[in-house]
Amino acid sequence: MAIELKMPALSPTMEQGTLAKWLKAEGDRIEPGDIIAEIETDKATMEFEAIDEGVLSKILIEAGTEDVAVGAVIALIEGEGEEPAEASAPEPKKESAPTPTPTPTPSPRAEKPAPATVARDPAIPEGTRLTSTAVREALRDAMAEEMRRDPRVFVMGEEVAEYQGAYKVTQGLLDEFGPKRVIDTPITEYGFAGIGTGAAMGGLRPIVEFMTFNFAMQAIDHIINSAAKTNYMSGGQMRCPIVFRGPNGAASRVGAQHSQNYGPWYASVPGLIVIAPFDAADAKGLLKAAIRSEDPVVFLENELVYGRSFDVPDMDDYVLPIGKARIMREGSDVTIVSYSIGIGMALEAAATLADEGIEAEVIDLRTLRPLDKQAVLTSLAKTNRLIVAEEGWPTCSIASEIISICMEEGFDHLDAPVLRVCNEDVPLPYAANLEKLALIDPARIAEAARKVCYK
Amino acid sequence: MAKQPSKAASAAKKPASPTNAAAAPSDDPDFVLGSLQQAFEANKRYAADEAEMLEFYRQMLLIRRFEEKAGQLYGLGLIGGFCHLYIGQEAVAIGLQSALDNDRDSVITGYRDHGHMLAYGIDPKVIMAELTGREAGISKGKGGSMHMFSTEHKFYGGHGIVGAQVALGGGLALAHQYNEDGGICLAYFGDGAANQGQVYETFNMAALWNLPIVFVVEDNQYAMGTSTKRSSAETRFYRRGTSFRIPGMEVNGMDVLEVRAAAEVAFAHVRAGKGPVLMECNTYRYRGHSMSDPAKYRTREEVQDQRDHHDPIERLKKTLIESGKGEDELKSIDKAIRAEVAQAADFAETSPEPGAGELYTDVLVGEY
Repeated sequence: MAIELKMPALSPTMEQGTLAKWLKAEGDRIEPGDIIAEIETDKATMEFEAIDEGVLSKILIEAGTEDVAVGAVIALIEGEGEEPAEASAPEPKKESAPTPTPTPTPSPRAEKPAPATVARDPAIPEGTRLTSTAVREALRDAMAEEMRRDPRVFVMGEEVAEYQGAYKVTQGLLDEFGPKRVIDTPITEYGFAGIGTGAAMGGLRPIVEFMTFNFAMQAIDHIINSAAKTNYMSGGQMRCPIVFRGPNGAASRVGAQHSQNYGPWYASVPGLIVIAPFDAADAKGLLKAAIRSEDPVVFLENELVYGRSFDVPDMDDYVLPIGKARIMREGSDVTIVSYSIGIGMALEAAATLADEGIEAEVIDLRTLRPLDKQAVLTSLAKTNRLIVAEEGWPTCSIASEIISICMEEGFDHLDAPVLRVCNEDVPLPYAANLEKLALIDPARIAEAARKVCYK
Repeated sequence: MAKQPSKAASAAKKPASPTNAAAAPSDDPDFVLGSLQQAFEANKRYAADEAEMLEFYRQMLLIRRFEEKAGQLYGLGLIGGFCHLYIGQEAVAIGLQSALDNDRDSVITGYRDHGHMLAYGIDPKVIMAELTGREAGISKGKGGSMHMFSTEHKFYGGHGIVGAQVALGGGLALAHQYNEDGGICLAYFGDGAANQGQVYETFNMAALWNLPIVFVVEDNQYAMGTSTKRSSAETRFYRRGTSFRIPGMEVNGMDVLEVRAAAEVAFAHVRAGKGPVLMECNTYRYRGHSMSDPAKYRTREEVQDQRDHHDPIERLKKTLIESGKGEDELKSIDKAIRAEVAQAADFAETSPEPGAGELYTDVLVGEY
């Protein structure tokens, strides 16, 4: 009986990958521990190691095939003395879920590409050429462009240099800028956040990468007490132009300590700028703005969005204004306010609602502090109904803040109470079903929208 | 264990690159943690000329009189919040900072920071006005006693979180190295801060990256009300860099000439690109931890003994008199300082509070 070799999942968020190279040919003997193939994820190239012995009887996915779904059968191994497989590929068993065809199988929670109805960003001039770019590349490009422009800008963090970034966001920077400007740190968040902050006080422009913002909890004292308050406490004498960046929010199946949205935490602190972009163009334009800012910036990315591609304008210097929300989709019946990964879900919900005759306007806050109140209130005045979708806990959230703004300054425009769609108020569980239950999704957003429309 | 020549030779090869693994401190087989101490012991008291000694005397006395006045103003309710006085520790700041190159070097400290600012010759008026929370204060009255800065002098605070200034100082040193400006950073912290984890995180990176920084433990024997022996497994703080291969120095922080001699040795080492130094200055604060501390954790006799037998100002006064200075001349210095401090206090008391509009300024630099 042939053993099926299946496309492995090599990271918590991997859904497909490229079968880069076969290191064994059909007919080769395989021992456990042999490296059979190289597989590229969006983060790294990994070696695929045999755990069975036998003869590689059939390769089903050619080297160089992209988007091979995790779980797809990529080759067959015959045990000793078994008949080699037929020359033709065996029919995949119809009842088995993985198929050998290289089609991506997104998990239910993974977002679909944003619908074509996404409104054009007014910051992009008509006629600008657009290039599809993954969010992680857009972030990298932003850093590289700013490092070319300003010799004071440097990057520091765990695995940012030689490893090329734990999530590949700093890929290639070491090669271009060298170890002086792309600095690998030990695992010592409190220490290197303090050193970065001190370097900013000393006149440099550090970009401090946290492998994830969960680990920045160790360093939050420097972000808040040292970086955010310096300018005020010194009467405007001492500045702290630093960017703290990294992935934020729930990833995938990594449990409670690695899954948390710190947007509301940092957004509550005067003296900080807090940015949480969704798409690649905003990631690039806002990270460039963050690096140029004279103020300390917390720049919240999202691991689940890193690999998604969006159009990015081909402009020499694409810098977006901090503190300006963006209308992602125009609509007249209800406003959905969201940010970061929530935008993808909100757009999906809006597409569902449109089929039902409800036109939702989707506002991407993009910057959480200072918050673009006016954009929220203007949309509310237009639709008279508003919900907030936030991948994060409900208590003392950005959603709470938006609701408060609507109460205080938009009350006369409200035809229904403002509702919030947030994660469940529990630490994020590991079990797949419970995790799914805990996190927001487009269906819940659509349901809340119907509710405020009384439909 | 005198192996200095070979140590210096191999250490000098270290390039100033944060990630040059080949130049890790552990590659230096002749590394001698005590080498700087030996150099210091060989010439323990700085041979100051008379003008220098008079200047040290004047500066220490200025700190003493300034702090006494601050204590008084606190008692009158003119200074609020926390106010940590430097009385007794004057020799540390003056001994060290007099050896700096103020065009290049930076300084950072914790919240007991008045003395370090006065050591720069910053006008006592703007410091006192900050203590009273006035618009003319060096932080426009928005920082207070614990949060004062003078970027003009490369004095970077004035930090209220115990130990934070050590990591921040590491960053200032990184900036010196990055800019290749030849400067070094002097980062002060207390025996209390010496038990904070980030201090050791910073030691590790400073040694790993060969940063130009002198870590100074001002060991005044008490972390608020807890004596070092009740809080610290290793009370000889200069040894605490050992795990990071940072050379240590143990210095009598009650003698300004000894501190200055130690500073010369430490600064030369760091300035030569040989990486960080950890200096322990043993000192004593006469007053409580802050103005609201009744200091019940130590005896009156203990404090009196320090005042009578170890006072840094009296010690230098003795040296000056031995070298032929007249008491009268020293008295006239004191008189001039008392007048200067009285003026600063008047200024701090009479100058206006910040306008209400200042509440909203300096939160952010940019407009968004």
